[in-house]
Amino acid sequence: MSENRKPRIGVFVCHCGVNIGAVVNVPEVVEYAKTLPNVAYAESNLYTCSSEGLSKIKEAIKKYDLTQVVVASCTPRTHEPVFRGACEEAGLNKYLFHMANIREHCSWVHAKEPKKATQKAKEIVKMAVARAALLEPQTEPEIDIQPSALVIGGGVSGMSAAASLARQGFAVHLVEKEKTLGGKLNDLYKLCPIDKLSSEILEEFVQAVRSNPNVTLHTSSTVKNVEGFVGNFKATLDHKGKEETIDVGTIIVATGADVLKPDGMYCYGKCKNVITQFELERLMKENELKTLKNVVMIQCAGAREGKEGGRNYCSRICCATAVKNALEIKELYPSAEVAVLYRDMQTYGKDFEEYYQKAREKYVQFIRFDRDDPPEVIAKPRGKCTVKVHDILINDILELDADLVVLSTPLVQIEEAKELSKMLRVPLGADGFFFEAHVKLRPVDFATDGIFVCGTAHSPKTIPESIAQAYASASRAGIPMAMKHVRTEAITSIVDEDLCTGCGTCVKLCPYNAIRKDEFGIARVNDVLCKGCGVCAASCPEKAITMRHFSDKQVLAEATATLGGS
Amino acid sequence: MSEFEPKIIGFLCNWCSYAGADLAGVSRMQYASNIRVVRVMCSGRIDPIIPLEVLMRGADGVIVLGCHPADCHYVEGNLHEERKIKMLKKLLALTGLEPERLRLDWVSASEGQRFAQIVTEFTCQIKKLGPSPVSGKAPNQKILENLQAAKNAASDFRLRVLVGRERELTEKCNVYEEKMPQDEFDSLLDEVVEAEFVRQKIHLLTQTEPLSVKALAEATELKPAAVLKQIVSMRRRNMITVDHVEGTTPLYRALEVG
Repeated sequence: MSENRKPRIGVFVCHCGVNIGAVVNVPEVVEYAKTLPNVAYAESNLYTCSSEGLSKIKEAIKKYDLTQVVVASCTPRTHEPVFRGACEEAGLNKYLFHMANIREHCSWVHAKEPKKATQKAKEIVKMAVARAALLEPQTEPEIDIQPSALVIGGGVSGMSAAASLARQGFAVHLVEKEKTLGGKLNDLYKLCPIDKLSSEILEEFVQAVRSNPNVTLHTSSTVKNVEGFVGNFKATLDHKGKEETIDVGTIIVATGADVLKPDGMYCYGKCKNVITQFELERLMKENELKTLKNVVMIQCAGAREGKEGGRNYCSRICCATAVKNALEIKELYPSAEVAVLYRDMQTYGKDFEEYYQKAREKYVQFIRFDRDDPPEVIAKPRGKCTVKVHDILINDILELDADLVVLSTPLVQIEEAKELSKMLRVPLGADGFFFEAHVKLRPVDFATDGIFVCGTAHSPKTIPESIAQAYASASRAGIPMAMKHVRTEAITSIVDEDLCTGCGTCVKLCPYNAIRKDEFGIARVNDVLCKGCGVCAASCPEKAITMRHFSDKQVLAEATATLGGS
Repeated sequence: MSEFEPKIIGFLCNWCSYAGADLAGVSRMQYASNIRVVRVMCSGRIDPIIPLEVLMRGADGVIVLGCHPADCHYVEGNLHEERKIKMLKKLLALTGLEPERLRLDWVSASEGQRFAQIVTEFTCQIKKLGPSPVSGKAPNQKILENLQAAKNAASDFRLRVLVGRERELTEKCNVYEEKMPQDEFDSLLDEVVEAEFVRQKIHLLTQTEPLSVKALAEATELKPAAVLKQIVSMRRRNMITVDHVEGTTPLYRALEVG
């Protein structure tokens, strides 16, 4: 077998222009690499990732009959796929490639110590070569994809995603827990900055979903269980106690968010004229808002708390919402005084700054307070309130009368999210919202293949942002379904049947339910479900589990290459 | 003599801390050049025997960095690792090697500054501790032997199963629907760590020559009764046997395990 051949490793050390070359003595590293065991060839390149550099790798693989390739350059997080591609083009399995990061982890961070940096670069290369010698080719499992999707949540995000997928020609199951579609849009009055009624917008979305024959609606339904993996999910839906199982290839989480009920804050719950922005929307929508003289809005009520375990995130939509509702009150009751108490006013986004300017022109007052010295709401007889606030811009304490206090409370994760996170094996972040695979590289994917996220389930955001993200997730979900089959990473765990005693520790620890015991009590790994974290291998009491591409031997070879000892 | 430059091996998870280290690079933050980074997919991948092996090979420090709790790419691999490191530190304390040579911490993908700071801080700390007693040309044989015993203990079923099941035992329930209080679990872990370490030590010592309880007690710095207690349970597990009797003193010899 070819993998049993003595390794012949090729090492390519990149100057990265001056990024590496100006600090690390690249020729010295190349000469050093040539002396390392199993290295058959070493060279330097000005830019290894350029087309010239890549063809050099391809030529060398053939010319020197290389069995493994090491590129010493930048971070594998961005460039590994490029070099792996070059290896594959030259007929070398992509898992026979390894990267030594001598830029982000060396030349850039030790720029003032060129000698030490060169020494470190040599050692990084030595470690990479030691690991590379043990690398083995891997096969990525290929799986068929069912061309249908499950969209969880029938709000504006879910409907946008469902309509987009349906228009791409895929069957979509849209699940909404309430009787009607629309989510929070049902409760909103006017939307900024277009000043259009929420109900009008909503109608268009509902129509787009209802009129498309590819969409199957499941209202008053919840997702009870999800099993399987990308391309082959089995979802159990619960419709008023009746269960139904559907097969889908991809899943989009669009479960939206709740609005924080600020119990105990600013007399909320004690005084009936202290309400939230969300409740104000409802009053305006139902035309139940009484004549107002003095309105005080308090921003960041329960948000950006800046304390351990608190709601420390910015809810992003509240500044614009407050400005919009302040203008709306001015419109309804031109003589009303509206004051917005804020910590930082951030009406970010298209057309929102103009909106804020408009509010100033209409004499909406903006009063700034400090996080550690928040305003105080004092309940007075007949539902009146006084709001005491330390205005930090004029450094004075103001007392404002209010017949209505409106609290801008943040969006918070829905209660069911925890259960859903477990069911789908996708994480929630520290703020409770669903957590994407990578904030920049994969903003709508989950680490779990075939599951995507959009809308306020992911983080507080505006309607246009939610729609854009919904389209993004629909487009991402469309890729595997259009391809009809996908390959998944080969970094998975393997169980040595002879060593496994069936204790079940791995079964319990696996975050993806990828390990089951077979009829003989032996642990079996589902390669498609396994994401390769390695917790099972690191915990197996019998040491019966090995990680492909990250075996103990490979990890240790890299870690100990520069150390002495046995 | 030039200043002591410690060898530090860092295990960084691909998604958070490795990305944090990349960000430190992109932001051109300057930090101590002693760390050598090994990328793994998840900090939870780091089997307890890996840091032990690295320390045995003479590394002056080992640092494992993962995602912050609740931010783990693999749901909670970092928390599983926390349990392993907790056990490892208990083991290290028994070997005579400073447990401070091993550190676990969290660095997110956006915390380049934090990464640089932790690395610098850890490097300083290791510099203060000085070279590892098992590094260099004349490694401390006793500590080396203790580390071997610790490695064997960390490879053993009993300790691994206990660490692997910690969450299940303390947070969920066992088959009898009983939950174990955390402090009770911790004292159980202390007990098992110590017992397994002593057993592995006895096993190692009796591999080369048959030894009496008294000799073993001297070598392990334990009371003879404590040694005998472990020998009894080792005999039950077929780890040790009586080689021969000298006068009235039985001498024990290790048996191949497995």
